[in-house]
Amino acid sequence: MSPNIPVSSILLVTGFGLALIGLCGILMHCHLLRIIIGFSLFGTGLHIVLVASGYVTGGTAPIIDGALGPTVSERAIDPIPSALVVTAIVIGFAVTAVMLAYAIRLHSARKTFDIGVFTESKW
Amino acid sequence: MIYRVGVLVTITLIALIFGRLAGSYTERSALRPLAEHYVSQAPFELGVSNIVTGILIAYRGFDTLGEVAVLFMVAATIGLLLGNDDGGAREAGMNRRRPAGEIVMTGSQVLLPVILTFGAYVIVNGHLSAGGGFQGGAIVASGAMLLLLADPAAQLNAAALSMIESVAGLLYVAIGILGLIMAGGFLDPRFLPPGEAGAFISAGAIPLVSALLGIKVGAELSVIINRFSR
Repeated sequence: MSPNIPVSSILLVTGFGLALIGLCGILMHCHLLRIIIGFSLFGTGLHIVLVASGYVTGGTAPIIDGALGPTVSERAIDPIPSALVVTAIVIGFAVTAVMLAYAIRLHSARKTFDIGVFTESKW
Repeated sequence: MIYRVGVLVTITLIALIFGRLAGSYTERSALRPLAEHYVSQAPFELGVSNIVTGILIAYRGFDTLGEVAVLFMVAATIGLLLGNDDGGAREAGMNRRRPAGEIVMTGSQVLLPVILTFGAYVIVNGHLSAGGGFQGGAIVASGAMLLLLADPAAQLNAAALSMIESVAGLLYVAIGILGLIMAGGFLDPRFLPPGEAGAFISAGAIPLVSALLGIKVGAELSVIINRFSR
């Protein structure tokens, strides 16, 4: 790997790639649990993208201690995306939990996880 | 067939958008003005060492309160969705499960205190180093998950957990109102003295709020996991 590719670009490509894999999983699979896994992958990829967009060249974690020293604002990364992603991860967990609960309810109603069977709400 | 084509077109278009975004991205060499303000002013205004925690609990405190409310709503939704299953099927499921093996049981007994202690450490050190209420709460809930995996018959006391998280939520709002009365606004943590930066008791009410958040998130996620285990 060439050393002049910035870290945040690698992370950005990884995150977008993960999001695309998740999107393929959502759209191409019929199994409800696989669709839920796709949603999780999509969310995780976008979290990585958000965190990567806050990176500043040569920066370190925005925690004031010996590593940062007096030149705080020149060496810290952008803390706002990190704070947003902390909340986004928890909400992602919550949304996944609700999706899984619905999947369990659907399974107990029809004894199947195949999304093609649930046709009532299809127009 | 037409569905496949539609899927391929959608994915290609979104891949194009992502590619353009990633291709035109250039790494920043300096902070945005808002971030620079947070990074340079948060240690003096709030006395926090960990600026991410400062943003979460002080500058964006209202957002965090709303998020805790979302978690509460999710716990209630899952109670509604999974709560009133027919009892017979659940009983049958209970009987089918065998207890976990010796290694898993012993491992969980050894690991559980360590996990809970680490969770408490992460919760109360949120204003000093990497950590905070959400992260520590998730670690505590992972301990609850280990407990339920090792011993499927174990019953968490869901009523007590709900009570704990309701009380923590109420105290969180009460601290917010105290900030409204004694400091600059709702959820302003500066009504307690900021103390010396880097000390354990410092940063006003941020450690308190962090501990409440940790208790609330930990209890809430444990309730959710407990619902799924039945």
